[in-house]
Parts: sequence; C-alpha cells; structure tokens
Amino acid sequence: MRDIALVSFAQAPSVRREQIHNEVEILMPVVAEAVRRCGIDRRDIGFTCSGSSDYLAGLPFSFVTALDGVGAWPPIEESHVEMDGAWALYEAFVRLQHGDVDSALVFGFGKSSVGPLREVLSLQLDPYYVAPLWPDSISLAALQARALLDSGEYGEADFAAVAVRSRRDAKSNPNAQLSGDFAVAELLESDYIASPLRRHDCAPISDGACAAILASGDLARQLCERPAWIRGIDHRIDTINIGDRNLCDSASAKLASEKSGAAADKIEMAELCAPFTHQELILRRAMGLGDEVRINPSGGALAANPVMASGLIRIVELAARIQSGEIDRGLAHATQGPCLQQNLVCVLEGE
Amino acid sequence: MSKRCAIIGVGQTHHAAVRKDLSISGVVREAALRALEDAGMDWRDIEAVVVGKAPDIIEGVMMPELFLAEALGCVGKPMFRVHTAGSVGGSTALVAAHLVQAGIHKRVLTVAFEKQSESDTTWAITPNIPFQPPLVAGAGGYFAPIIRSYIERSKAPADIGIRVAVKDRKNALRNPYAHLHLEDVSMEMVENSPMLWDPIRYLECCPSSDGACAMVLSDEKGGDAAPKPPAWVHASAMRSEPTMFPGRNQINPRAGRECAAALYKQAGIDDPRKDFDVAEIYIPFSWYEPMWMENLGFAEENQGWKMTEEGATAFDGDMPVNCSGGVLSSNPIGA
Amino acid sequence: MSEAVKKIVTPISIEYTITPGAAPTKFLRGIKEGRLLGQRCPKCSKVYLPPRGSCTVCAVPTVEEVEVSDQGTVTTFCVVNIPFYGQVQEIPYVCAAVVLDGADLPCFGVVQEIAVEEVRMGLRVQAVWVAPEERGYTLENIKYFKPSGQADAPFESYREHL
Repeated sequence: MRDIALVSFAQAPSVRREQIHNEVEILMPVVAEAVRRCGIDRRDIGFTCSGSSDYLAGLPFSFVTALDGVGAWPPIEESHVEMDGAWALYEAFVRLQHGDVDSALVFGFGKSSVGPLREVLSLQLDPYYVAPLWPDSISLAALQARALLDSGEYGEADFAAVAVRSRRDAKSNPNAQLSGDFAVAELLESDYIASPLRRHDCAPISDGACAAILASGDLARQLCERPAWIRGIDHRIDTINIGDRNLCDSASAKLASEKSGAAADKIEMAELCAPFTHQELILRRAMGLGDEVRINPSGGALAANPVMASGLIRIVELAARIQSGEIDRGLAHATQGPCLQQNLVCVLEGE
Repeated sequence: MSKRCAIIGVGQTHHAAVRKDLSISGVVREAALRALEDAGMDWRDIEAVVVGKAPDIIEGVMMPELFLAEALGCVGKPMFRVHTAGSVGGSTALVAAHLVQAGIHKRVLTVAFEKQSESDTTWAITPNIPFQPPLVAGAGGYFAPIIRSYIERSKAPADIGIRVAVKDRKNALRNPYAHLHLEDVSMEMVENSPMLWDPIRYLECCPSSDGACAMVLSDEKGGDAAPKPPAWVHASAMRSEPTMFPGRNQINPRAGRECAAALYKQAGIDDPRKDFDVAEIYIPFSWYEPMWMENLGFAEENQGWKMTEEGATAFDGDMPVNCSGGVLSSNPIGA
Repeated sequence: MSEAVKKIVTPISIEYTITPGAAPTKFLRGIKEGRLLGQRCPKCSKVYLPPRGSCTVCAVPTVEEVEVSDQGTVTTFCVVNIPFYGQVQEIPYVCAAVVLDGADLPCFGVVQEIAVEEVRMGLRVQAVWVAPEERGYTLENIKYFKPSGQADAPFESYREHL
C-alpha cells in the first residue's frame, strides 16, 4: 500500500438555511481554500471525486453543475459518488494506490434545507413495502433510541449528556451551527419531537460543504508540515430492514472499525458521525471506544450536519487535530442510511 | 505499480421497455446471478459490490443501493455507489476495477442498472426548476442541436444517421438480451419514422429500457484460474469537462479526445482502427457513431461518417462498432 | 395460483425551495427589468450569460457585470416534435441555441414568427419580451426569439460556439 495523507482541507460554516448562495456558490470558495492552503497548482491535481445527492438537491445531475463551478478545464479525471463525501475520499484513496497520480481533490456538499429532509430521507427505504408508508428519518431513529432505552443500559439523561458535551465543544468550532452551555436537567424538560427523542437528540438541518486534498508519500510531506496519514480505511453495510438488525448495536460499524485496523494501536480521539445522541452511544460501544477516547471535539454531527458532507467533515476535523500536533492517532467515522445502516471508518496518524 | 485485473464473469438481463415480472431487486439479481454463474462463483466469494445507476429520480428511490444491499448479498461487506450521469455504467466498472488494481479486494461484483419504467424518464431528466421554462424536452432536445452542427460542419450525407440506426438494429437481432428486435428494420422504415427532435427521428433514438448488467472482477490469480478465458483490463481512463463554457467544442469534445489518447498510450495502441477488432461505444442517437469515431481517434475530423457509409463499422466491416446492437437497441441508462 | 401483482402506484411528491444563488439573483433581477446581465471572467474576459458566479475554464469567481444585447445569432437548433410532461409550447417548435451579442456562450430559446422549416443556423434573432407588468424573476420573461431581419451571420462568426 502507498502512504496517502490528507494535506489540506476547508469547510463552509454550516447554517440552518443559506438564503443567498446556491450549492455551487457555497462549494467554490471551500475548494479554493483547500487548494490555496497547501499551495498545490490545481492543474496538478491528478484525480477529483465528489459526493452529493440528487434527491437532496431536488435536481437530477446536480453534481454536474458543481463540477462547472469548481472548474474542470483542461479536462480532468473525475468521478462522483451518490454517497457522503467520506466515500468520495475512499474512492480517491483507492485511485491513489495505482501510483500514476499523486494527488486528489475530494469534496462533499449539500443543502439539506431546500426540501423536507425527514421525508426526503424516507425515500431511501424499500420502495415496495416501506417507503409508501413514509416513515421519516427521525421516527426511525426514535425506534432505535427506544430499543436502546429498553435494553436498560442507557437512559434519556445519557442521551442528553451527549448533547450537552457536543454543544459545549462546538463553542470552539467556528463552523458549528449549534453550540452553547446547557445542563442535562434543562434539556430533559423539553418536549419530545418523536419519543424518546427530543430536539437536542437530533442533528440540526444544515447547509454546507467540505473539501480535502489528498497526496501520496513525498508530495504529501512537501505540501504539508505534518500530514494526516490514512493508516486504514474500510466501510461496511447492514441490511436496510431495521426489523432484521439488532438496533442497539452496529455490526457494520464494528466490522469497519476492525478492518480499518483501528484496534491495532491506541486511539486518542474519535470523530463519530452520529446524527442522533443515542447513535453515538451505540457507535462507541460497537467500536470499543472507552472513556479515555476523546469524542467529537468539533461538536460532531449534533452541532452541524450538512448531509453528504457530514462524514467528510468528521475526517477533516480529525485531520486538523493531527496536523496541529494535538494528537498522534485517531479515528473518523461516517454513516448513511437509516439507523446507522452503512458505516465507514478511517484511521489517521501523524508522523 | 497497479495490479492486474481480470473480468471473469459477465451477465446481463433481458432488457425490455417494462420488466413487469421483476422488481428493482429482481432486475439487479438477474444480472448479478448470471455474472456469478459465468465466473463459477457464488455470493460468498465476493468481497465487495460496486453499484452504478443514473439519477435516483428515475426510480423514485434515493440511493437505492441501500435497500439493495441484501438482494446483492452485500450485508457485512463494502458497498459502493457511483453516479457520473450518462457515463455511469462505464465509470462503475472502472471504480470496481480500481479496487482490484489497487490490491484492496481480490473479487469484486459490479452491477449497473436502470428501471426506467418505474417513472417517466423524460420528466425526470428535464429539470422543471423555477426561473427557466422547460424547453429542451429530454436528452434528444439537448443532443439534436449538436448533431445538426456536426452535419453542417462535416457535410455528411443526410442518410448517415439512418444507416447507423439500421445497422445497430440488425446487430441486435443476434443479441438475445437486446430490448429492440426489429426483424423488418430498413432504411425506409427509419426514414419514415417521426421526426422527434429534428434532425433526430424516432428510430434514430435509443429506447427506454429496464435492465441491468453485472461483472465479476478478479485479481491475477483468480483470472488465471477462471473457468472461462478471462478478459484482462489493459487500460482505463476517464476525463470530464464542464457542460457549458465559452468556446466549448461540443461536437468533438476535448475530454473525449484526451481520454482516448490516454487510454491508447497505456495500452500501447498506435492506430485504434487497426489495433482493435471490435468496439462498443455509447451511441444513444445514431449520429453519434460518426461523431465518436472522430472523437476517439478512429477517423480524422469530419471524416467519421465515411466509415459508416463504407460499411467499416458494420458487423462484417473492418472496425465493427456495437455488434450487440448498442444503446440504440437497449438502454437501461445507468447500465 | 392467483395472479401476480405486476404494478403498484406509489405517488411521491416533495416540495423544494430552491435558492437561485448570488450570481443568478443579479441576473433574475435584471431580467425582471428587461435587461440581460452577464458576468465577465477577470482572467479570460469571456462573458457568461446566464452567469453562474464563476468561470469554469479559469476556475475563478466572476464579479464584473456586463449588459448583453437581446439580439443574437442562432448557432444551432432542433425542432421539438415530442410531447412531454410539463411542456408549455405547442409542438412542433424550434428550440435554438442563441449566442446573444456580447455574450460568449449560447443559451436556449424558442424561435417563432418564422416557419419552422425556414429556421437556419446563422439566423439573426431578437428577443420578444412579455409585457413589463407581467414580468417575474424568470427566463420566461422572454416569450421567444423572432427573426430580427438582419442578414444571416456567417458560419465563421459562430463556429466556436458549436
């Protein structure tokens, strides 16, 4: 395997509803900033891969416009995944293994605010048996949260404690949307939006974008003082049928964590993509992340959750901590599909 | 540095306007099972699945690979979804090959599909967005003006498009999987078919199909041990350029020329017309045959139509193109 | 065995609120006043209409506004003869790529007040606007293009726009 690292990245501040700029206008400065920060000539970038969703945008071929905005001349080697940007990073990682190109640009973007996100996401479900009933994404997550409560291991206060920590940590994240000091007791006084989930248990609806530059070996060292090396990356999927899964666990997250080699050495920090408080608890247990592991210092998806970029943001937040020298080794996670159906784990390390 | 990759199994569905007998899961499984059988394998042998299809709005399912994970034997495995618009069938296969060439997986199943009958495709791809009226009327409305430009610039005879349409439909008669089997297709029949987007006639257009295509890709060891002779991947390339910009050559896009050049260099091809025995090329409207012949380096600029006229691209010509009947005979877009 | 279910209808309706974006907003404000506002690339000087806020060739943002003429040249076209959902025009109609004077790439429009079979590449056309009080923030403010009566543009003059 070739050594591949994140050498540069940028994000747009997540907002509830970006009223002025369209998706491409949000994305353009983000890509430009990621390119500028590492000083690479964009014409030297060997491969470009993006992640976005037509259904989120409400338009077919929506990623094509993004390519027009980002610039693709002279013609570039380019691909697109209808997945979170974290999987675009995965594809770029694979492409860089071939040895003929040494750098890649990846980005994920989306405006969750343009459509009714809860209903849009229910179009992911089985179109014959489930989707016609329109179970929305929060209600499905609530079923999972209920199962976790019924297991007796966690209470609603544990959920709220996740929200409290996330919002507190998000105070130091300029790109976060929700931040502040709250008390568990205070949060527990609010009404349910889908019992047992309260507003603080759910990620906000966010518009945003994220971009990263990957480079191999010596080029990575040239472009960046302390590259965040990808030591392992893996992704796995479970069945979509939540009746066929143990909702209190995430088999695919556990497997992806094992296959990525996360357990091989000490994990100091984990950026987990948990759009619901209880999902963080499930993920920590599934991946064996104990109390000594610092979780989501960025505030995580609970502080900002631009769907299709949220997973890539987790990787980029972790890379930032490695680049700054704050930590040496950590894990980033991305998810998509109802109730943590599909999970990606990426292990990053500094030298 | 990259490792060798072999295609050891292929399978496709019988393509049709409406596969009423199959659900979306049924369509992808029909192709996948045929590919696995061809490779002498079963689901357990597969390490990862790469799925491709065009806009989700066509079936009304967002990221349908999520619900197809079980149908494709993928639970507990990596599943990947590619969407690169009309090119997606090809780029899905490339992404799958990259996984093997990078040494990440030994055996990968790739499936691309479209079940166009689940909704109205022209509606789905003609974005009815505010601020602008819907004028272009589907893919034909987008491509027809470009074809007119080609005809004007190359001074090609008016019947070239008709010849391609007849040739590809005749080829399809030999392909049991093809959607269109027009037994009595003739120049007159195509010429007399309605002008939908002048200069494109009805029978010069691709049909709208339900269908899927699958391949099993393997590393070198698996390729050598395969039950049937494998097809080795010698080269692959992809290039994109923006859709609209000042001075864009839409008739002979630079991205296509550079993509072909990169591919031939990797594979050691000097003269594609001599060095290839056969080609399968994305030709959704008949006039794209001469245009792509030029773009991909088989003919000089403005000369591609002569290959069609001389019969060089026919089944028994020196450079047969789309012996399967091509997109003009079967068009599950994403596949 | 009873007959198989071969079809179910599952209506899907989702409403989106699309933000046109900063550059298109300027364009839409202009078109409501009957003006066509493009943007010029600071690097290659080409004028984009409608503007998208960037030059895809130079990969830089575009800011400078340029008013473009509502007369132009048909570079190429097709005759639409197929009914489709959401259609507003009666068929057959001509859908043309028109390069407006002062712009550097074509936009799509309908050509009328001329027999369909007389429309040709190089035809000079002029926008026909809806009445000022009926105009909104939409390209539909241009009802269609009609022949301007000027001599056809020579092929070489629009060759690079094909």
